[in-house]
Amino acid sequence: MASATAVLRSEWTKIRTVSSTVWTLASALLVTVGVSAGLCALSNATFDDLPEPERLTFDPVLISFAGLTLGQLAMVVFGVLVVGTEYSSGMIRSSLAAVPRRASFLFSKIAVAGALAFVVGLATSFLSFFLGQALLGEHSTSIGEENVLRAVVGGGLYMGLIALFSMGVTAMLRSTVLSLGILVPFFFLVSQILAAVPKAKEVARYFPDQAGSKILQTVPNAMNSDPAPYGPWAGLGIMVLWVAAALLGGYLVLNKRDA
Amino acid sequence: MIELAGLTKRFGTKTAVDHLSFQVRPGVVTGFLGPNGAGKSTTMRMMLGLDHPTSGTVRIDGKHYRELAEPLRNIGALLEARSMHPGRSAYNNLLCLAQSNRIPERRVGEVLDLVGLGAVAKRKPKGFSMGMGQRLGIAAALLGDPRVLLFDEPVNGLDPEGIHWVRNLMKALAAEGRTIFVSSHLMSEMALTADHLIVIGQGKLLADTSMAEFIHQNSRSYVRLRSPEPVRLREALTAGGLAVAEGPDGVLEVDGASTEQVGDLAGAQGITLHELSAQRASLEEAFMQMTAGAVEYHAHHGSAAGPVAAGPDAAGQAADGAEPRGPRWSKEG
Amino acid sequence: MIEAVGLTKRYGAKTAVYNLSFQVRPGTVTGFLGPNGSGKSTTMRMILGLDQPTSGHVTIGGHPYRKLPNAPRQVGALLDAKAVHGGRSARSHLLSLAQLAGIPARRVDEVLGVVGLQSVAKRRSKGFSLGMGQRLGIAAALLGDPQVLLFDEPVNGLDPEGILWVRNLMKALAAEGRTVFVSSHLMSEMALTADHLIVIGRGQLMADMSVKQFISANSADFARVRTPDTEPTQREKLVTVLAEAGGQVLSEPDGALRITGLPLPRISDLAHGADVRLWELSPHQASLEEAYMRLTQGAVDYRSTDDRKAGLMQQQPPGYLPPQPQPVVPEVPQQGWYAPPPPGQNPYAGGQGPYAGAPAPQPPAGPPSATAPGAPVSGGPAPVPGPAVPADAPPVPQAPPAAAPADLSKNEDPR
Repeated sequence: MASATAVLRSEWTKIRTVSSTVWTLASALLVTVGVSAGLCALSNATFDDLPEPERLTFDPVLISFAGLTLGQLAMVVFGVLVVGTEYSSGMIRSSLAAVPRRASFLFSKIAVAGALAFVVGLATSFLSFFLGQALLGEHSTSIGEENVLRAVVGGGLYMGLIALFSMGVTAMLRSTVLSLGILVPFFFLVSQILAAVPKAKEVARYFPDQAGSKILQTVPNAMNSDPAPYGPWAGLGIMVLWVAAALLGGYLVLNKRDA
Repeated sequence: MIELAGLTKRFGTKTAVDHLSFQVRPGVVTGFLGPNGAGKSTTMRMMLGLDHPTSGTVRIDGKHYRELAEPLRNIGALLEARSMHPGRSAYNNLLCLAQSNRIPERRVGEVLDLVGLGAVAKRKPKGFSMGMGQRLGIAAALLGDPRVLLFDEPVNGLDPEGIHWVRNLMKALAAEGRTIFVSSHLMSEMALTADHLIVIGQGKLLADTSMAEFIHQNSRSYVRLRSPEPVRLREALTAGGLAVAEGPDGVLEVDGASTEQVGDLAGAQGITLHELSAQRASLEEAFMQMTAGAVEYHAHHGSAAGPVAAGPDAAGQAADGAEPRGPRWSKEG
Repeated sequence: MIEAVGLTKRYGAKTAVYNLSFQVRPGTVTGFLGPNGSGKSTTMRMILGLDQPTSGHVTIGGHPYRKLPNAPRQVGALLDAKAVHGGRSARSHLLSLAQLAGIPARRVDEVLGVVGLQSVAKRRSKGFSLGMGQRLGIAAALLGDPQVLLFDEPVNGLDPEGILWVRNLMKALAAEGRTVFVSSHLMSEMALTADHLIVIGRGQLMADMSVKQFISANSADFARVRTPDTEPTQREKLVTVLAEAGGQVLSEPDGALRITGLPLPRISDLAHGADVRLWELSPHQASLEEAYMRLTQGAVDYRSTDDRKAGLMQQQPPGYLPPQPQPVVPEVPQQGWYAPPPPGQNPYAGGQGPYAGAPAPQPPAGPPSATAPGAPVSGGPAPVPGPAVPADAPPVPQAPPAAAPADLSKNEDPR
């Protein structure tokens, strides 16, 4: 079989030689950091105007990740493009002819892209955190406080997992357009809206993004959010299950369907 | 060597490829012909492990495609012109493929030079013309210096110089003992390139023969004669038991004989010949004859719809009596 | 009738078309040939008023395209098969074109029938194959029942049946007195379709003549002669006689003789005089491709054939190549049905084949048969061995390409 390192190298070349990698990952970082910073500054300035319950559960860490809601969309686009352009460009035929073992092909790609997304995610979350704290002034916290490091590392994991989930979904759908059309509205609208609707949120809190973002909180029920029936790590675990299911589904489709 | 054994592919209820068994041998260019929808592409995709056969097997030099450790070193393929990432430079597109099969990076530059894309190696295929895309695909096929090569419509989009180059490339590769399998719709091009033919129609094998044999079997062949002494010649031939027909311009046509036979007969009588040539139909004519029943969807048929329909009444033009315009060979029968 | 007078188009410093004057007459199929980048597409676009000439003008039936009254009814063109809105059905695409030109809707169904797309008329053209897209483009060109038709690479993507159909369609359109102007890269196809040729290279007119004239002007006709295999002495005798009579004699891979410079009856008489019996005496005309290659040799902008890979395979480190079995020497294909290009004059024969000089690591014991006269696979006929060839015979190709990698570097210079 084609050696694993050879396939990994090949996939790394694929990722580093397209411009979409740079602009999606850069926007993920810039948007997250920028929007977070803006909201931190705003919160600091208007802290006293916040409603009572929010002031009591104010979470300086969570607020410094506020841009993630938007920034994760760039991660979604990254994940979708990594897999989707194989199909939209027809490259998939060359790729599978070169690496006929489909598990080897798909998981090498996912490993490389996932690792890259995780690294960028970590950089994003640390930057976001430190910049946010600097702007929060007296309401800020420090990395040494309880749960804070967990939340910051968790932010990186969260972004990596979002990218992986998108890759799995795209491998199942085999189309860039279709995948973007489903994932972007889902993460940006559907999940957010359902999470605010009374009955629906019982279900929505098990969505990958809702469950996974639990790890960003350092204060119970931060920012007056609803109490969840799972802890931060369990939440991330739920997200991992989603990701695993998506990747497995993607693999099954790739293996079963004609290229 | 490519071996197919009982290869079958069904899409739902439609059988695209139906118990196909044949071998593609090394050392010659084998042409793969068939009307649209005959299952050519599906067959080629199964050869590359891209489609899963419903039943039957394909072996490349004795192995299933998925058993090949580094397949690009065994088999290279030009499947569709666009099988490259449009936003990644030509060089990097090939580099990805090379790396996955541990082909040295140096080889990427070599094949790009070989196909004439050395100067645009850093450019993205997005801006490539169809011909350049085709050259890039050929470069990819040659990347691993494989023993087996598949080409699907290789001359698409190439200019005459490129067409000529591809033709010679394929012949030279075959002469090196490689297995060359080429599918094309251009009969006149195939006639110049292929030595052996595999013809399929509606997923079934219709022919697996040499080019010469194929043309011979599927069309009329005769010997054409010109002579300053037609009467004597005619007598001599008739006496020799050959059926002679009069052609245009005083030409004589002899069916069912070889030029050797006719030459010997004329020579024995001391008759001067100004022409003694074997006439064979073109590959196209032979192909049309053979696949007449297997074409899935025809452009137009029957006398009612001649290729040029009547002009619209609004244009005030009289409908021209669209005569049936059958294929050329049917007229010449 | 299409008429170009002094047509010139510059893009910045680059002159795409220079002082081009020609006429495309009705009643014949006129082929439009030229290497890539020679200005064919630009010329077509100027004919259709899509590009403005820098100087000169081109008219259709006496009017520039943009001033033609109801142009879609007079001129139909297939330029780029993909210029179709992918989301629309074939029928609504044609219908929108028809409405623009005031053509009745009934005609849409007619042309769909003509090109054989009735059954998919309601389908979105996005899912069309290249061949189906091509048929749709042809339907659009025929829509206005125009007197002047332009086709750019009309057979792209069509299957053999479709190719035959398009060829017959174009001939039929011309036979009705229409002006049919076709550009194509497929010489063998053009040879079957066109009556007249306009050839351009580097934006300038290189030839404007009938196909027949073009071929005989740019290449040599020859005769193929075979003597009985059973009597090899007869062959030698004939070669001597023909050479003495001033013919140029070369050997073909299957042992036949290729003779230029002598008409068929003369060959017959000479054979007769020498008491040589013939097994074949057939006239051959060079191919259009060959003639075209000769003409445009200097005008090709960008050549694929690059000899640098001569060393390609030898350079591989040992062990990189898959184990190479001894090259199988292929049987020489029966070539009776096609005329190999004449040697010596042929710009592309022999050593230039990209791989020709690059066999796998030169098998040290290259099977001797590989260099036998019959072996060249891509080359032209091998020189006649033996004393029969007069000393002043034309230069013949070097040894078979497979044995001559060293020659490749030489080939590069003259170009």
